[in-house]
Amino acid sequence: MTPSAAGLRLRVNGKPVRFAGAPFTRLLDVLREELGLTGTKEGCGEGECGACTVLLDGRPVNSCLIPICQAAGRRVETVESLGTEASLNVVQRAFLTQGGAQCGICTPGMLMTAWAYVRGGGSSEPAAIRRELAGNLCRCTGYQHIVNSVIAALRARRRSHAKQRSEPKRTVGRQRKPATKPQARRR
Amino acid sequence: MRGAPATMTVLRPRSAAEALRLYASNPEAIPLAGGTDFMVGWNAGQANGLTILDLAAARSWTHIEATKAAVTIGALATHAEIQRDKHVRRHLPLLVAACGTVGGLQIQNRGTLGGNIANASPAGDTFPPLAVYEATIEIASARGRRRVAFGSIFAGVKKTVLGPGELIEAIHVPIPRTPSRQLWRKVGTRAAQAISKTMVAGLLWLGRDGTVTELRFALGSMAPTVRRLSKAEAFVEGKRLSREVIHEACALMKQDVAPIDDMRSTAEYRLAVSQNLLAGFLTRQT
Repeated sequence: MTPSAAGLRLRVNGKPVRFAGAPFTRLLDVLREELGLTGTKEGCGEGECGACTVLLDGRPVNSCLIPICQAAGRRVETVESLGTEASLNVVQRAFLTQGGAQCGICTPGMLMTAWAYVRGGGSSEPAAIRRELAGNLCRCTGYQHIVNSVIAALRARRRSHAKQRSEPKRTVGRQRKPATKPQARRR
Repeated sequence: MRGAPATMTVLRPRSAAEALRLYASNPEAIPLAGGTDFMVGWNAGQANGLTILDLAAARSWTHIEATKAAVTIGALATHAEIQRDKHVRRHLPLLVAACGTVGGLQIQNRGTLGGNIANASPAGDTFPPLAVYEATIEIASARGRRRVAFGSIFAGVKKTVLGPGELIEAIHVPIPRTPSRQLWRKVGTRAAQAISKTMVAGLLWLGRDGTVTELRFALGSMAPTVRRLSKAEAFVEGKRLSREVIHEACALMKQDVAPIDDMRSTAEYRLAVSQNLLAGFLTRQT
């Protein structure tokens, strides 16, 4: 009942984190100020815009509406977990190639909602994608490029899964030239 | 002014039973379920210096169970969990539809049915379905349990009949016999993230001869609390749905609602749209 002595424990991007500050500190502020994970943005602070979206136990939530005590014992994923500049995640690459990002303030939250959807094997029906992304506002793109990005990411992920299934197990020794860049392998 | 975490006292019970004990000894505490409404005000600096009873660990109150007669939804089941549940999907489609219009996905993943009820907004999206399904609210405290009909749970805008130390434990929804027609409709400024101007839930049972066996029709955002149309419901019972009967039923709506002008709409618009939705439902245009 008195958590502050030992601190609150949670996992952020796969790593254990202990937070010994005030238990009503917002998850958003712990991520940005304590952990330096500034990819997550604060937009409205009212749960309307979705810019602060992170995944809590795999599901999109607004980190501006969650006191850290409610994230204790749970898994948090932020935009920093998706990929690196050298090795982009399938959703990040799709947003780049399809023009899904313009000014960028909504992009980290948009990517996280999109990633949860793509990872969960969502439908490529535009109406279903729009429903899923309804809690993430974008004032630049008019959304069409974002929907296109999600469709492209779903296709890319299906292609890479199909390829993994059809590829025969490699025998030790002779190595063929890799068909694509090394970053093609992702979770 | 912003939310100041250092001013907050947080009670963190590890179970539902401990939550009830702690709430009994700290009746001034604010119970926090998904926090999707409370945190908006807190972020704006309107709720500093309070004691919070964090219900995050009361896992036993998240379950959804069904018998042949009823679906029982734990108070801490989220709007997203309710939409995914096979029993709710099968038996309570109006509640599924309503949960799907609460905020966006992020809000549906956090907001809970019990929190929605305890928050008692005049615009609570789940209320018209719960009103026509004639749900019962199971209330628990350290002293015991009691049940309150959903129609009696609200005492006014943002007010319930919950007493000191009482928490909503579950929502018990009787499975209705298959209706001839049913309707859920939320009218807001946009499809998602909108607070309603008006919203309606309807269930209609017709006899073989086309006369009305039973009508249940509820409106949200049309009065300080959700309202059933008791006058119109009683009027159409046993009658065929002729043009004149439907016209009269719509005229009777006024006696059961009290719409207001506010930043989202006007009383006149709210009443006109609500009457059109009732007329459309009764003439099968919706």
